[in-house]
Amino acid sequence: MKKFLKVMAIVLVVAMLGMFAACGNGDGGNEKAKVKVGFIFLHDENSTYDLNFLNGAKAACDKLGVEYVIKTNIDESNDCYEAAADLADQGCNIVFADSFGHEDFMIQAAKEYPDVQFCHATGTKAHTEGLANYHNAFASIYEGRYLAGVAAGLKLNEMIEAGQFKAEDAKIGYVGAYTYAEVISGYTSFFLGARSICPTATMEVQFTGSWYDETAEKEAATLLINDGCKLISQHADSMGAPTACETAGVPDVSYNGSTATQCPNTFIVSSRINWEPYFEYIINCVADEKAIDTDWTGTIATGSVVLTEVNEKAAAKDTQAKIDEVKAQIEAGTVKVFDTSKFTVKGETLSSYMADVDSDADYTPDTEVIKDGAFLESNFRSAPYFDLRIDGITLLNEKY
Amino acid sequence: MRKEKTREPLIHIAKRDVLPTWQSWLIRIGSIAAALIFCAVIIVLLTGENPISIYATMIKGAIGTSRRVWSMLQNVAMLLCVSLAVTPAFKMKFWNIGAEGQVLIGGLATTACMILLGNSLPTYLLIPLIFVASMLAGAVWALIPAVFKAIWNTNETLFTLMMNYIAIQIVSYFAYVWSVPKGSGAIGVINGTTHNGWLPDIFGQKYLINILIVALLTVLVYIYLKYSKHGYEISVVGESENTAKYIGINVKKVIIRTMLVSGALCGVAGVLLVSGTDHTLTKDTAAGRGFTAIIVSWLAKFNPIYMVLTSLLIVFLQKGAVEIASVFELNDSFSDIITGIIIFFIIGSEFFINYKIKFNKKEENA
Repeated sequence: MKKFLKVMAIVLVVAMLGMFAACGNGDGGNEKAKVKVGFIFLHDENSTYDLNFLNGAKAACDKLGVEYVIKTNIDESNDCYEAAADLADQGCNIVFADSFGHEDFMIQAAKEYPDVQFCHATGTKAHTEGLANYHNAFASIYEGRYLAGVAAGLKLNEMIEAGQFKAEDAKIGYVGAYTYAEVISGYTSFFLGARSICPTATMEVQFTGSWYDETAEKEAATLLINDGCKLISQHADSMGAPTACETAGVPDVSYNGSTATQCPNTFIVSSRINWEPYFEYIINCVADEKAIDTDWTGTIATGSVVLTEVNEKAAAKDTQAKIDEVKAQIEAGTVKVFDTSKFTVKGETLSSYMADVDSDADYTPDTEVIKDGAFLESNFRSAPYFDLRIDGITLLNEKY
Repeated sequence: MRKEKTREPLIHIAKRDVLPTWQSWLIRIGSIAAALIFCAVIIVLLTGENPISIYATMIKGAIGTSRRVWSMLQNVAMLLCVSLAVTPAFKMKFWNIGAEGQVLIGGLATTACMILLGNSLPTYLLIPLIFVASMLAGAVWALIPAVFKAIWNTNETLFTLMMNYIAIQIVSYFAYVWSVPKGSGAIGVINGTTHNGWLPDIFGQKYLINILIVALLTVLVYIYLKYSKHGYEISVVGESENTAKYIGINVKKVIIRTMLVSGALCGVAGVLLVSGTDHTLTKDTAAGRGFTAIIVSWLAKFNPIYMVLTSLLIVFLQKGAVEIASVFELNDSFSDIITGIIIFFIIGSEFFINYKIKFNKKEENA
């Protein structure tokens, strides 16, 4: 026993010494800025989706010199409410959350803290909830997808010309998360972009039933490749699909950010939403005591919809030039992504469509969204609502 | 055989006599202190941060505000509830690592009641129905591997583990079927305006009812294990199945009955999580508690009262760790490392409580 006490005493003494030695370099006080932003992210930097938000958040806050707190790995549960309320308690005057399932918990916190602005990306309820301090944001990413599709079309043409396969075999594979409007809008605009360049292009979509499931995404991409798809793109947040493409040597048009480092031989280009302009916008609104838009849709013009650098090694020749050309046409309004004359549904050209813009459990169609020969995406709310199944795209599994 | 001088190792390990309580606690506290020092070294080496401020941040993160205290108590209650659920089976040496799935299936039953019956049944019928349905669901999920074990002696560890994945897939499927808006895969808060099927607030505190229910369960499970005939049978089966058979205990019956209890308690955890806290269901609703509960139960030596302490410790570490990740902008994995080291030391301390290390002396060599 004596021995034991002796050992304990030594351990404690060492501990105390360590503590005193460590004292004296406490974290320095931050400059009190007027605005403090709290961020809630579903995953951390290992998810391409969340990394894209993280980078935007840090860039905006550093640029404007405001204080910020980041909470990562926050589930779409009561944890999100606790995180949001905790950030408000910490003195944040803006709380932002990045995942769709966070929405109801953000609204719960928004009701409790009327003086704090709650901003939520990808949500659908701000315009029906009627709260002055709760806001949704998204971007017209379908325009970016369309441009990425142009790059895909060029690559398909190049492979056809090189005799790798026949024009009628130009099949694209797409790994999607769910049969959700955001995903449908994404793959449809991507497909329309590709078909504007390669008219014989068709597409197959495989769903994983999860926003982030590396194994499932990899398997889905492999399945599509084995099914004869010549080029892959994806709307799911892990590195699953790009990695499968790199292994199989099949070109990939990515999403959320460049995967060029991990996939140097197959990565063509990636579209992504740049959230920095939105973060700057909300910070400036709060600093100037102006109201934040209930629904904010970033565009190419606001710098919210961007394409990464083209990977010359994998992309077709002159891809960048063509992207720039089409981008200018979209900005000028001469090219509309969802031009109803460019696609058919069950063989018919649409002149009217009622979409479910105001979310409800019965999915009631409530808003006419086709006007002047185009489907008006992200116009009546920021989050996408294009959910048409157009001809030329085959959904392999609709269970999700 | 060649005659060779036997070489004795420098140390040997011997079983200790039972230590007095105060001594064993001294070893436990010592191990936590040692773990904190070890972590401090790791922190300084890897991040260059001041370990004191890291520990201060941990404490602040766990109990810094009254909201955080409530949130921590709520999380302790949830972890404790699942730990109570796995304990009877573990005490019987039935390695039920399927609590995660049993909680999820219980939560799914709760969700189904809230969505399908939320607007047609009055609250005084709906809430009891939710409890009954969820406990049944959890019990059935536990019954399947138990029956296979009792009749065909299948490996319950693998079986219960695989049942988790089935539960996750079923929940994913229903999360899609009931998603709002269509196809999003997220159910969202159920009955958000009517609060039908929500467990009520007590004294304006929304977590209090969960905490009280789990406190009651803790006492009940303690009595069940310690003073009931069932509890006695569980410990005998756990010690030796042959002894149990010899003294006339129907081992198969005990296995099945105990797993039904385990599963039903997991079902209660499902109710408390869905109806009491989240008001929605995702495949992450159980949040790994089904696995963490095993550590909680084991560290407490399957004693429900000690489990209050061990679950408190683990939740405290988790909450503190998340705050470290946020304040020092370290990856969450870093806080997992810290938590892992501390738990490793605590588990290690049990070794030193049960065994002693003796240094072999030369003259003792015979």
